[in-house]
Amino acid sequence: MNAAAPTADLPALRRRAHALRRHVLRMAEIVGQGYVGQGLGIADLLATLYFGELRFDPKNPAWPDRDRFVLSIGHYAIGLYAALAEAGVIPLGELDTYGADGSRLEMSAPETTPGVELTGGSLGHGLTQSVGMALGLRLDGRGARVFNLLSDGECQEGSTWEAAMAGAHHGLGNLYAFIDCNNQQADGPPAKVMGLEPLHAKWAAFGWHTQRVNGNDPAAILAALAAAHATPGRPHAIVLDTLMGRGVPLFEQREKNHFIRVAPEEWTVAKSQLEAAAP
Amino acid sequence: MSTPRGVTGSILTSATDGAAQTATAPFGHALVRAAEANPRIVGLTADLGKYTDIHVFAEKFPARFFQMGMAEQSLVGCACGLARTGFVPFATTYAVFATRRAYDFIAIGAALGRANVKIVAGLPGLTTGYGGTHQGIEDLALMRSIPNLTVIDPCDATETAQATAAIAEHPGPVYMRLLRGQVPVVLDPQTHRFALGRAALLRDGADVAFVSTGLMTGRALEAAAELAGTGVRAAVLHVATIKPFDRDAVAALLKRVPRVVTAENHVVTGGLGSAVADLVVEAGLSVRLRKIGIPDCFCDSGSLPYLVQRYQMGVPDLAAAARALLR
Repeated sequence: MNAAAPTADLPALRRRAHALRRHVLRMAEIVGQGYVGQGLGIADLLATLYFGELRFDPKNPAWPDRDRFVLSIGHYAIGLYAALAEAGVIPLGELDTYGADGSRLEMSAPETTPGVELTGGSLGHGLTQSVGMALGLRLDGRGARVFNLLSDGECQEGSTWEAAMAGAHHGLGNLYAFIDCNNQQADGPPAKVMGLEPLHAKWAAFGWHTQRVNGNDPAAILAALAAAHATPGRPHAIVLDTLMGRGVPLFEQREKNHFIRVAPEEWTVAKSQLEAAAP
Repeated sequence: MSTPRGVTGSILTSATDGAAQTATAPFGHALVRAAEANPRIVGLTADLGKYTDIHVFAEKFPARFFQMGMAEQSLVGCACGLARTGFVPFATTYAVFATRRAYDFIAIGAALGRANVKIVAGLPGLTTGYGGTHQGIEDLALMRSIPNLTVIDPCDATETAQATAAIAEHPGPVYMRLLRGQVPVVLDPQTHRFALGRAALLRDGADVAFVSTGLMTGRALEAAAELAGTGVRAAVLHVATIKPFDRDAVAALLKRVPRVVTAENHVVTGGLGSAVADLVVEAGLSVRLRKIGIPDCFCDSGSLPYLVQRYQMGVPDLAAAARALLR
């Protein structure tokens, strides 16, 4: 059980992030396409959370005192499965079934899979339910916390702001929202689809303790978490600037990388690029 | 009969019909009783605590009550999160707001994963004169089509209280229509026992059958009594649980009494009348059927007696529909 506050070991976190990226490529290669850009881009956050922050028991995913990691953005499942497998919640070998008919590792994460707290994917749900979880955990006197991962595009959903209001109104210091700003949504960059900025000012105006950091830097994420922990009584927004496809230049440079289609010969290039940057 | 002339009533008074006996806030008081026994019950509302009777619970258990403001998606989503931490949340707003504004949150947040959430929705059908914005006329059709969701339309104060206790014990998502404020007492609390998923034969009769739900059951009982005065024996089967639908009870009655008037405080599309019609066809029953309910339109605003007459949902309309089937 990972019940004590984990000690931060930056080189170890970077090795874990690299391992998650390997898992992401392995899953994506089998399917031949998918949300590989998101999985690679969010690996640093997931490694930092699962191996540097979250209290959970891989043998008992329903442990009532666990910290909740809530994935609003169901299509980031590829990244979450990588983290759950690396953390021992689901078997590593099961990753090969990602997206396959009959597999519990559906392309958009269902709550029936161990370690998946709720069914995201219909965007704008995760933060509303995270508010309820944080209220419930506080009412029960549990020290557990709720960490919600949203996307930048998800900040276009009105329900996200309904929940933001509620989190601040109810003073939920045990609620953390990470907003993954990878600057890419289904129809293009948010600035063209529906402008979002200034996100930091918006979250701060809604009453959240807000920070904006490099989401591909585990040290920066840890520092932001430490600052958040030191600010009780308010919910915490951590806006993360991330690079889609991070760690694999082939995918980083692709113009439209919300849903990547990959030619068979490109996988060899992708894997060698990733290993060339191994920590 | 003369046309009633009144004015649109206060939003606080949704009671209809000139009931001889009423009870105050039966949902709120029943929720308090359930919450005294079960500390996991919590309450939420979207700026309608006073208007959905949950203020009774809020005053008794302030630490277990959460005001969510005018934000129905947040209301339902937050309730789902509370359910996922082991609580039994009762979330209240009006039917129009719960089902129209927060539909996806009921479907995906609550129903898909069978979260233990109770959504209690006021102003069903014609219980307010405030017009199309406030009259929840198609909520049963919307909710009935969502998998895993239990859907209830109680007929009076007695059943509202009993159903509140029953759904608090029932694991899984529930949508219940709310009669609030001064609510008529139609059923005797000493003898009536609400059973989730079971229709109740309130009156037997061999000539014609009323199959009704919600507050229309009170009117069906009155119509049946009126018909008895002219020698017509009418049965009244009350279907409080719209989903799961008690097919066996309805089919058994219709096999015996093949003339049926369905009555619902809801549009005649997709609600109880449609469920009965589906059953008639699927079971191959030979039945004459008339549906009483709100026609395929948004209703005007006005006083309730005026609206009930205008949309032909009163006791005389039920009796006339029954007589027409006997001709």
